[in-house]
Amino acid sequence: MPDQPLVIGGREFRSRLMVGTGKYADNETMVRAIEASGAEVVTVAVRRVDLDRTKEEGMLHHLDPKKVFLLANTAGCYTADEAIRYARLAREAGFNEFIKLEVIGDEETLLPDVDGLLRATRVLVDEGFTVMAYTNEDLITALRLEDAGCAAIMPLASPIGSGLGLINPYTVRTIKRRLSQPVIVDAGVGTASDACLTMEQGVDGILMNTAIAAAEHPVAMASAMRHAVEAGRLAYLAGRMPRREIAVPSSPTTGMLD
Amino acid sequence: MTDPITIVVNGEERSVAPESSLLDLLGVLELDPRAVVVELNREIVRRPALGDTALSSGDRIELVHFVGGG
Repeated sequence: MPDQPLVIGGREFRSRLMVGTGKYADNETMVRAIEASGAEVVTVAVRRVDLDRTKEEGMLHHLDPKKVFLLANTAGCYTADEAIRYARLAREAGFNEFIKLEVIGDEETLLPDVDGLLRATRVLVDEGFTVMAYTNEDLITALRLEDAGCAAIMPLASPIGSGLGLINPYTVRTIKRRLSQPVIVDAGVGTASDACLTMEQGVDGILMNTAIAAAEHPVAMASAMRHAVEAGRLAYLAGRMPRREIAVPSSPTTGMLD
Repeated sequence: MTDPITIVVNGEERSVAPESSLLDLLGVLELDPRAVVVELNREIVRRPALGDTALSSGDRIELVHFVGGG
């Protein structure tokens, strides 16, 4: 069944699965997992160079920016100003204008500070960034982020790193229905069925990290996620049958023996 | 020969030779200028300007790069 390509900020992407690079036991596993996932968009964080171990190379030593699209995040930022500072540093690395904007409001839940998120979005959009905003599953915030110029809205399935899956399919579906910009569910999926169910809501893609990195076999899980995202997308496009609360026989009721 | 100057790099005090540039600092730290982004007193210094930017006592420098993240 033909599908439209995923377009964010004027750029076309092949895969609807985006993956993070954190929490892997080793870099070799990470690289193999990214390959197995088929993801094109790969997220990275901005941090201080460790001056005591300068031989410990950064992510660019392991990822080829010609093969993957590096999406820098502002993870760990708790204010709009801090997130803006990290976004500017990320852009200066020289790969693209995209930023996965996170402004965290609470340490325990890592839920977003929507006021800070909106303020940072306005500044960064004004500076020419292509902003993809990590947000909660609140429709009004999503609409405001879109108004502020976000190129993609990224509601969570459940809290970052929780693996609790898609807690509220209805709100995510509503956000997708009401927004014009792509909706990429970011955070919370735990296993392949979560990814499939999420894609079946009609969203444009999923970003995940821990579900793959913290799996017992990350490379196998990456492959499972690739299939799940594709299956969920295809099922959405195919259009599911209506739900009925009574049984309807699949075999003919006629032609039975006396 | 004048005394070395003290600067703060990634939160740690360091001494560098007077009239050092940011590019000299990266050289001393064995960092490839293409692999790091440099912030001097909260302002980003672009790569072409690193060699022309002299360090002064008390400067605060941040050297960042991409690491694993979600």
